[in-house]
Amino acid sequence: MTPLVNIQGLSVAFNGVPVLRGVDIALGKGEALGLVGESGSGKSVTWLAALGLLPRHAKVTGSVRLDGREILGAPAGELDRVRGGRVAMIFQDPASALNPVLTIRKQLSEALVLHRDLQGNAVKAEARRLLDLVGIPDAGRRLEAYPHEFSGGQVQRIMIAMALAGNPDVLIADEPTTALDATIQAQILELMSSVRREFGMAMVLISHDLGVVAENCDRVAVMYAGRIVEQAPSNQLFADPVHPYAQGLIGALPPLDGPRRRLTAIPGTVPDPAMMPDGCAFAPRCALASDSCSLAAPTLAPIADQRTVACIRAEASRRTLLGIAAE
Amino acid sequence: MGRYLAIRFGRAALTIVLVVTFAFVVLRLSGDPALMILGPEAPPEVLAAFRKAWGLDDPIWFQYLDYFGAIAKGELGRSMRDGRPAIELVLERIPATLALTLPAFVFKVVLGIPAGIYAALHRGSAIDRAVMMTAVAGFTVPSFVLALLLVLVFAVQLGWLPSGGQDSWRHAILPIVTLSLGGAAVLARFTRSAMLEVLGQPYIRTASAKGVPWRKVVTSHALPNAAIPTVTILGFMVGTLIAGAVVVESVFSWPGVGRLLVVAVANRDLAVVQCILLLVAMTMVTSNLVVDFLYGFLDPRLRAKGAHA
Repeated sequence: MTPLVNIQGLSVAFNGVPVLRGVDIALGKGEALGLVGESGSGKSVTWLAALGLLPRHAKVTGSVRLDGREILGAPAGELDRVRGGRVAMIFQDPASALNPVLTIRKQLSEALVLHRDLQGNAVKAEARRLLDLVGIPDAGRRLEAYPHEFSGGQVQRIMIAMALAGNPDVLIADEPTTALDATIQAQILELMSSVRREFGMAMVLISHDLGVVAENCDRVAVMYAGRIVEQAPSNQLFADPVHPYAQGLIGALPPLDGPRRRLTAIPGTVPDPAMMPDGCAFAPRCALASDSCSLAAPTLAPIADQRTVACIRAEASRRTLLGIAAE
Repeated sequence: MGRYLAIRFGRAALTIVLVVTFAFVVLRLSGDPALMILGPEAPPEVLAAFRKAWGLDDPIWFQYLDYFGAIAKGELGRSMRDGRPAIELVLERIPATLALTLPAFVFKVVLGIPAGIYAALHRGSAIDRAVMMTAVAGFTVPSFVLALLLVLVFAVQLGWLPSGGQDSWRHAILPIVTLSLGGAAVLARFTRSAMLEVLGQPYIRTASAKGVPWRKVVTSHALPNAAIPTVTILGFMVGTLIAGAVVVESVFSWPGVGRLLVVAVANRDLAVVQCILLLVAMTMVTSNLVVDFLYGFLDPRLRAKGAHA
């Protein structure tokens, strides 16, 4: 089966500094994929680049196929049909994501007119239905309100309504709940998973919150310094991470059950993109690093069904983890 | 809303009173109108009679109260040179000034705003750099230097246009060009930075991510937001329509309000200077008020604040 979205060898450089260094992601129809990693690891850039939303000075290479059709470098008109129509995106900061001088109705209608070919009263009726759907009370009247008249959680609901307006096949949610209170966070995630079920959409959830990803995604890809270092079904990744970086991320989370244990932190910081070490980018922070780690950057290799990892010490890493668990 | 309006109008009135007071005091401290108008050779008794006739020998606070009393009655005084009402002298010069400043205002807008938008949309391109270099040159070169340069080239060297006077529309070309270039440069720079600021905002990315074509992102998402700071500068320019051409009118001997002001200041023709300054203060204040209301129109966030203030 061909994946819905297939990204291969996607690389991005800003002014000659590489920030994305060959990313491969395949997203199936209706699948929920989590993308985790520290800030600056390239999670958002991957999707902004795929949709041609990066500033002009960004150099993007590789391949992004949607239903087998190349969209990277596609003509503007074709990209405009993809954006919002096939792949919708919502962003982190709801406060600044909507245009402050346009009413909600105008901003919602735009997508409806562009992708659904609706006209006149049908636009308004559909805009109202969408606002209702995402749980904005008194939708008919609130359509004429401006973004500053809504709370952060409500704006994120409106963003979701806007994303749904084009009936997309994929929803890219870039840290959709990071700027919200914990209770609102849960409501928004609940809303996202319910509309996803209803519309049969695939979803990419970009987050640095591992708990959010574990609960909402079928599969997880861990990114580090512009590369994917491990991919696995959610439950497997959280139970049994293989890449030392993924282990580090999960080791830094407090367990909900079982005995209390000391949380571990990953030493050091993410390397500066302009001064990437040769070989594995994680080697300088890795407890298992050997001389051979700095020779060449490891590529993603399968280690089990549906699991890939980019680490030449994967086996050793796995043993260490099991050793810790046996203690 | 009523309270908000009252505060705005109150502030505007206070501004005008301050300007007029300042002008009144400075003019009376900086020279004797009798000496200026009658000349240093005039006999002392003539000078004394002149001062008495115009009330210049009264204490300054008395003159000040007298002046405001007259304003309240709608009288703005008479010219000390020919005894005509000052307001009449000023009003008859206004059409000549507007004949320069209005076309210049249109050119500023028509040249400056599109140039700024274009430069912002093509940031870093050769055209952006060219526009910005021209703009920097345009507002760093003082208008009298630019005026003299234009006279040198188009009047003296090429002989295409007259260097001064007000006999035909051809006489208006160089003054209008001089006024337009500086203003267009300021507007271009301002519009460019306002646009760049807006284009970097997340909601622009949201619009693109929705599939809105770039041209429409610019016209319906970026421009309405960039208009807010640009209107400030436009308001300021409207405020200078009446007396913004002092230097240019002098260089091109154009008989407008600006030149009247220069002559009246030189002569210490108090009533005329005060009348012009009052008029200038009023246009400035009015255009500022209009800008404030435009903000409310352009930015729904301010509308809400205004309503609560």
